[in-house]
Amino acid sequence: MVEKNRMLDVVTWAVLIAGILLVGFPVYVTFVASTLTAQEVLQVPMRLLPGAHLWANYGTVLGHGVGESAVPVGRMLFNSMVLALGVAFGKIATSIISAFAIVYFRFPFRKTAFWMIFITLMLPVEVRIMPTYKVIADLGLINTRSGMILPIIASATATFLFRQVFLTVPDELTEAARVDGASPMQFFRDTLLPLSATPMAALFVIQFIYGWNQYLWPLLITTDRTLTPIVVGVTQMISRGGDAATDWNLVMATVMLAMIPPALIVILMQRWFVKGLIDTEK
Amino acid sequence: MEKRVVFNERWLPILLLMPQLLITVVFFFVPAGEALYQSLFRQDAFGLTVEFAGLENFRALFHDPTYLASFRTTALFSAGVTVLGLAIALVLAWFADRVIRAATLVKTLIVWPYAIAPAIAGVLWMFLFNPSLGLLSHWLKALGLDWNYLLNGTQALALVTFIAAWKQISYNFLFFLAGLQSIPRALLEAAAIDGARSWKRFWTIVFPLLTPTTFFLLVINLVYAFFDTFPIIDAVTQGGPAKSTEILVYKVYNDGFRGLDIGGSAAQSVILMAVVIVLTIFQFRHLERRVSY
Repeated sequence: MVEKNRMLDVVTWAVLIAGILLVGFPVYVTFVASTLTAQEVLQVPMRLLPGAHLWANYGTVLGHGVGESAVPVGRMLFNSMVLALGVAFGKIATSIISAFAIVYFRFPFRKTAFWMIFITLMLPVEVRIMPTYKVIADLGLINTRSGMILPIIASATATFLFRQVFLTVPDELTEAARVDGASPMQFFRDTLLPLSATPMAALFVIQFIYGWNQYLWPLLITTDRTLTPIVVGVTQMISRGGDAATDWNLVMATVMLAMIPPALIVILMQRWFVKGLIDTEK
Repeated sequence: MEKRVVFNERWLPILLLMPQLLITVVFFFVPAGEALYQSLFRQDAFGLTVEFAGLENFRALFHDPTYLASFRTTALFSAGVTVLGLAIALVLAWFADRVIRAATLVKTLIVWPYAIAPAIAGVLWMFLFNPSLGLLSHWLKALGLDWNYLLNGTQALALVTFIAAWKQISYNFLFFLAGLQSIPRALLEAAAIDGARSWKRFWTIVFPLLTPTTFFLLVINLVYAFFDTFPIIDAVTQGGPAKSTEILVYKVYNDGFRGLDIGGSAAQSVILMAVVIVLTIFQFRHLERRVSY
């Protein structure tokens, strides 16, 4: 702090607490709603203290799901986990080797390859949704996990991060490796991989969340409800017809379950994640 | 920036690039080309007849009042999301930067919602603002406001704008905080000794030094508001009531998958892609500068 100022200190804490409430209040209300019975949750105004049905509600959604022919939320969590891990590992694996190729080799069409990859830096799948759907249909990948994961991997953010990391590796290391007669792949394994450990951890967090939070693409590509990830599944539990038709207490329990895994990853890996986010700038 | 020392293998780099290039070509260039191709043809809903239409689809779009309205909605929405999200985050970051005790805790409490999916953010707030049973709707009504976003288009747009900005607070906060922490303390102390109060220090020193961060966040937030907010719209309003929250990316989906207007939807995709590519090039230049200064 630059100077002492009592007044400003009070304002500081007031603003920060307001900010934390703004961020946390809807989540708290959701938690409370997830512990009530179907009747209690429909009372206006809803109570703000947790009820007694926490375990009953979470047990119901995890084991049976919501509604008549619903998929158990346990199953949806598994689907989300496969999707998030697939996106995270797929993206890290493909992008670290392509960044290696772009930085450490000279070959024909290198610039072309570079631009082909980097033009996708910010282009989300939503924009080219119809034709991508058609490609997936032509490849027979509708209702498959690869169909869900592969188009999401097609973006350059991770490649860009690894490229930046590799550019900061001193040339002396490369020279030393060459003098010692190491092949490019040995150099990659023994020098670059260890140096990339921190960015890799950061990318893992970012890509895991990116994969976990996917919505439109899994929604279109899975007509088979047993493959639905939880983020998509939860919105399908909400009846558009009338409020009485929605079991809000169960929906809110599912919402809590959909938030917990990515939130845990962010909180537990906060330091790496923050660093990685600021470094990739995406 | 280039490496001085490189390896001489010829085929290895191609092999290493193959997976990413293959995925990019199959899931990016082919669909993009397809969209470009389809945007030049007119097709009936069953795909039975196809005829060349030239730029007819584009001309039709720009004469279509619903498309122009969607442009207006998108402009309002993205401006609102960006300004609101950046302003709240900057205020929070500035105050968080002042706190030394409990700084980590404050940071964690503001940052963790980064993990919340846009669709989930939509569900959280639509429950609170639900016209018949929402807690906040109840309070708004107690204040005398006739709140029903399911019928009132202005309220619906305000609601999705707010949710989308809320979802982005933690991301913006992180960058602003990092930017603020990189400002040398000595500068601020010197200004304080010269008698500049904190408000003045903010506008004359802090804000100008944050320009690169703000600019970066501006582009990222625009891209976010344009495209990544699809799940929020779909979960909360589905573009309604009466198309009042139908932003461009939602219209592409609606016209393509629900309306089955392949050519028109493709033409819209092409326009959106052009927008992103321009923004990407813009951002990329900026990134490159930052890497090599």
